[in-house]
Amino acid sequence: MSVFNQSRSGVIKIIFGIIFIIIIGQLVNLQVLSKKYKIEADNNAIYRRIIYPDRGIIFDRKRRAILENTITYDLVVTPNETKGTDTLGICNLLNIDTAAYRKRMKDLIFKNGSVRPSVFEPLLTPEMYAKLYENMYKFPGFILSDRSVRTYPYNTGAAVLGYTSEVDTAFLRRHKDEGYESGDYVGLTGLERSYEKVLMGKRGVKRFIRDNKGRIQGPFEKGEFDTTAVAGKNLYSSIDVELQKLGEKLMTNKVGSIVAIDPRTGGILCMISAPTYDPNYLTGNQRKKHINEMLLDPRLPFNNRAVGTKYSPGSTFKTVSGIIGLTEGVINEQTTISCSGYFPGCGTGKPKCLDKGTFNFIDAVAHSDNTYFSTVFKKLLEQPKYGGPDSGLTVFNKYVTSFGMGQKLGIDVPSEKRGNLPTSSFYKKKNGGKFYACNLISNAIGQGEVETTMLQLANVMAIIANKGWYYTPHIIDSIENGDEFNLLDNFKIKHFSDKRIPESAFLAVQNGMQAVVDYGTGVRSRIPDIVMCGKTGTVENYDHGVKQQDHSFFGAFAPKQNPQIAIAVICENAGQGAWAAAPIASLMVEKYLKDTIRGNERQAMLKEFENKNLIPAKMRKQIAIMDSIKQAREARLLELEREKEALDTLEEDAFDDTLINNPKPRPIAPKPANNNKKVLTTSAAILTDERKNFLKKNAKA
Amino acid sequence: MATNYNTEVSKGIDWVIVWLYALLVAIGILCIFMVEYKPGVDVLSTFLGGKTNYSKQFFFFCLSLVIATFILLSDSKLFTAFANLFYAFGIVLMLATFVIGKDIKGSRSWIPIGGGFNLQPAELCKIFAALALAKFLARQETDFTKLKSQLIAAAIALVPAVLAIGQNETGVALVYFSFFIVMYREGLPPALLIIGFSFGVLVVATLLLNPNVLAIALTVIAGIIIYVLRKQIKRSKNLLVAIIGIWVICVGIQRFAVPYIFNNVFQCYQSTRIYSMVGKEYDCSQNRSNKKRANDKEKAAKKPDDYNVRQSKIAIGSGGLTGKGFLKGTQTRGKYVPEQGTDFIFTSLGEAFGLSGCVAFLGIYLFLLFRIITIAERQRSTFSRVYAYSVASIIFFHIVVNVCMTVGLCPVIGIPLPLISYGGLSLVDFTILIFIMIRLDADRQMVLR
Repeated sequence: MSVFNQSRSGVIKIIFGIIFIIIIGQLVNLQVLSKKYKIEADNNAIYRRIIYPDRGIIFDRKRRAILENTITYDLVVTPNETKGTDTLGICNLLNIDTAAYRKRMKDLIFKNGSVRPSVFEPLLTPEMYAKLYENMYKFPGFILSDRSVRTYPYNTGAAVLGYTSEVDTAFLRRHKDEGYESGDYVGLTGLERSYEKVLMGKRGVKRFIRDNKGRIQGPFEKGEFDTTAVAGKNLYSSIDVELQKLGEKLMTNKVGSIVAIDPRTGGILCMISAPTYDPNYLTGNQRKKHINEMLLDPRLPFNNRAVGTKYSPGSTFKTVSGIIGLTEGVINEQTTISCSGYFPGCGTGKPKCLDKGTFNFIDAVAHSDNTYFSTVFKKLLEQPKYGGPDSGLTVFNKYVTSFGMGQKLGIDVPSEKRGNLPTSSFYKKKNGGKFYACNLISNAIGQGEVETTMLQLANVMAIIANKGWYYTPHIIDSIENGDEFNLLDNFKIKHFSDKRIPESAFLAVQNGMQAVVDYGTGVRSRIPDIVMCGKTGTVENYDHGVKQQDHSFFGAFAPKQNPQIAIAVICENAGQGAWAAAPIASLMVEKYLKDTIRGNERQAMLKEFENKNLIPAKMRKQIAIMDSIKQAREARLLELEREKEALDTLEEDAFDDTLINNPKPRPIAPKPANNNKKVLTTSAAILTDERKNFLKKNAKA
Repeated sequence: MATNYNTEVSKGIDWVIVWLYALLVAIGILCIFMVEYKPGVDVLSTFLGGKTNYSKQFFFFCLSLVIATFILLSDSKLFTAFANLFYAFGIVLMLATFVIGKDIKGSRSWIPIGGGFNLQPAELCKIFAALALAKFLARQETDFTKLKSQLIAAAIALVPAVLAIGQNETGVALVYFSFFIVMYREGLPPALLIIGFSFGVLVVATLLLNPNVLAIALTVIAGIIIYVLRKQIKRSKNLLVAIIGIWVICVGIQRFAVPYIFNNVFQCYQSTRIYSMVGKEYDCSQNRSNKKRANDKEKAAKKPDDYNVRQSKIAIGSGGLTGKGFLKGTQTRGKYVPEQGTDFIFTSLGEAFGLSGCVAFLGIYLFLLFRIITIAERQRSTFSRVYAYSVASIIFFHIVVNVCMTVGLCPVIGIPLPLISYGGLSLVDFTILIFIMIRLDADRQMVLR
């Protein structure tokens, strides 16, 4: 029988063999053909820790760091190691109660598990850090972990420098292949944004093996695949931090902007957008609250008014229309036009002029004579050689464009606006297909549809100072160790205004502008022993059809020979150019050229403008409304608190009547200096001070 | 004198098997070492310290060698003589577990024997069943072509299986089905294997396909067969009856029998495992165990049952062609695979040494199996042959079920990988199994009854 069945041993062997081959087939499938298991194993076991490099430092023109890094500490906890921690002690140090402690702990365990470290309290204040540091031995499971955060040593330049923020999902989607991960910080505004690529440096990655509970077991492959972090490159800017600070001081309690350019290089010397705020206000652990607070501010502190708001240039535009008139031969320096009170050319009685009389070119500039420039403009457009005022406007616009207006200049600060330079087709559409010079006569004096940014206006001043050329305005002059992304290339190209403009035209305008300061509209802005050329502007403006107080404009450059600074200033709704913008500009110019404000008279002027409150009326009203809402809310809170306290102390019958007699003073505005987790000396957001002053004044009134 | 004695004992011993045995145990200890290894630990001291599992396994190996020596020193007649007695002893032990058994991991199949060690009679009983089956088939009066003998043989194999199921040790119980391979070799009609195989295919198809689709498919197949065989059917009506009968049985199985078994015989977790193997979810609310205690909802909603298999597949799959290298398996070091030292030991090998390592390792196993079959076929006595085939079948079954489980080819059944998995009892068990065969083989010139 056994002999009979012997063949079956072969069958059994074959069955064994086949089943082993099936197994090996599955192994080939798993190990060779399918790639997903390798990835899944890596996802399981390899923990990548990002090593963040320090972001690059930004220096001002004298190599002073205006944006750098500092170390702050986070309190980090590993929940399952906190056995034996002095819970009450740590609660007292952090000023929280044990219920809050337990809730936070629960949230952390829910979010990150109990074996992994999570941040318990971010961005500790130095005092809190010191207190905790001394007592750490009482708190097993807690550690103090350092991290690098941005700090602004001069508390200045918020709008220019910008801030960083944690990336959101939208950003991650847009920058998919650039290696960002959630939790990273990126530059969101200002230079932080423009130079993100350079400032961020290269992040390092350390790989660790972790076990099934997420605990780190040790380096992966002895760190063979780890990369080291490379610090971000430092940037050297043309900003003069003292000038910037002075500008911000002068713009306290005003809404507007100052832009100053070094005409020789195109480097921005200062860029102030008022109201400004202490950029350190947005770095502490109260940052979210502060951002929300400022987003609600009716003065829009996050709007960079130097590049992001368009204004009609007002009379400062007369410099440009004058140059074009001289170039095109409509007038020469000796041409005189008289004004009897208004411009008669269009029969509307507009525009009016302030000083009656007969002016030559220089005096017309000096006294900002509307009739003179309206005449020039009308004559220019109606020159027979163009064959019609619409082609006349085209020629005019071509000149204006060559001054950098009506287009983005390409500065290295984000959210730049183009301004506006209307074409003849725009007017034709507006006026039913017809085109008359009189329709746009107010453009002659910068009052019509022409709009510029303050940056463009400062750049126009630089062009006049240079007699016909400019470099694209920029803040960053150079990048440490070279500009590998070619971010600065555009700033090295010399641009020229229209080549037809003769030097004499520039000279004539310069003379006129000198006259403005010497004896014209801007005489208040005269600086002893500096020959400054300037032009005032007083811009009518409307809010929803309601006429507002005029904007105060001033554009200038100095000194006349070998100009070193070109500046544009606006104070919104501050009246005539000569009242606010011109003196502010003159103080800035003096500071830059002479390094200080000299003489008692000038010092008094400085004091006066530092303290002047020129917040536009409509904004005051909005702030007042907001404050009263807040006041009501806080009063309600106080009441609730008191009720609660009354309930608590009912048994002892010790009612605290001091609360009623001396109600808790309403916090006028949050004092960021207390919340701000930095070792910074100067105040807090300028905003809040402003508001305080404003409220004080209101109280007096 | 001593040399004489030595030669007498070692005479006829198949050293190939012995070396393969030693090699496999060594690989096993290495695998356990990979699982347990922590960097920065003094390997030698932990190895001899007896605290870690690889160290324990090493000491069990030493114990196994002692036992093996005793077996080799014994007389092979002993095994034939006591075969039935051993079997009876084994059955009594298994029955005893119902009374004095200890609950470990949900199955009441362990007898504490002091010193922290436990005995699992269901495991040991494999040896006894093999001996008893060999004894029965080797009887002169046994005619295995008779149905009665076949039924008795099946009963010898399956009584311990039934008891094991009673102890909730389904995995161990399944092993006893491997004796059908032996019986096939001894003359069980091949039709039984074919029917068994077809039944398996039908069950898997039932799990995979919609019942109605499968019923239609079966009907279509039956129709095609009837059409193809229409001439033969004309000649004999019995063929048609047979075909229709088979069709009725098939549809009955897929419509009623399989769902009944899954819902009423298997536990919820078992059904879930089997379903998850074919990539489907089992609705536990239909299960008897759940109907009984419907309020016990939380257990049904625990984490997916295929976690083990998923992690096991990740570990093996991430090994790639050549593996990550000795002690470099991230899945192993991160302890992602549960039960990695015991049932899922194959994963550590697959991760560290990849496809090449796995193929080499399975090659050693296959070589061992073929070697055992060769040994079986050279026996003069039926007893030795049947016993050797039993050894091959048991080892084969363990390997296949265990490895298939780790690579996701069959549901999770907790049986160890022979000689590799951590577990002193399992190692001793297989040592005894193999060395009895070596002892019998050494006396292959004898006719044992």
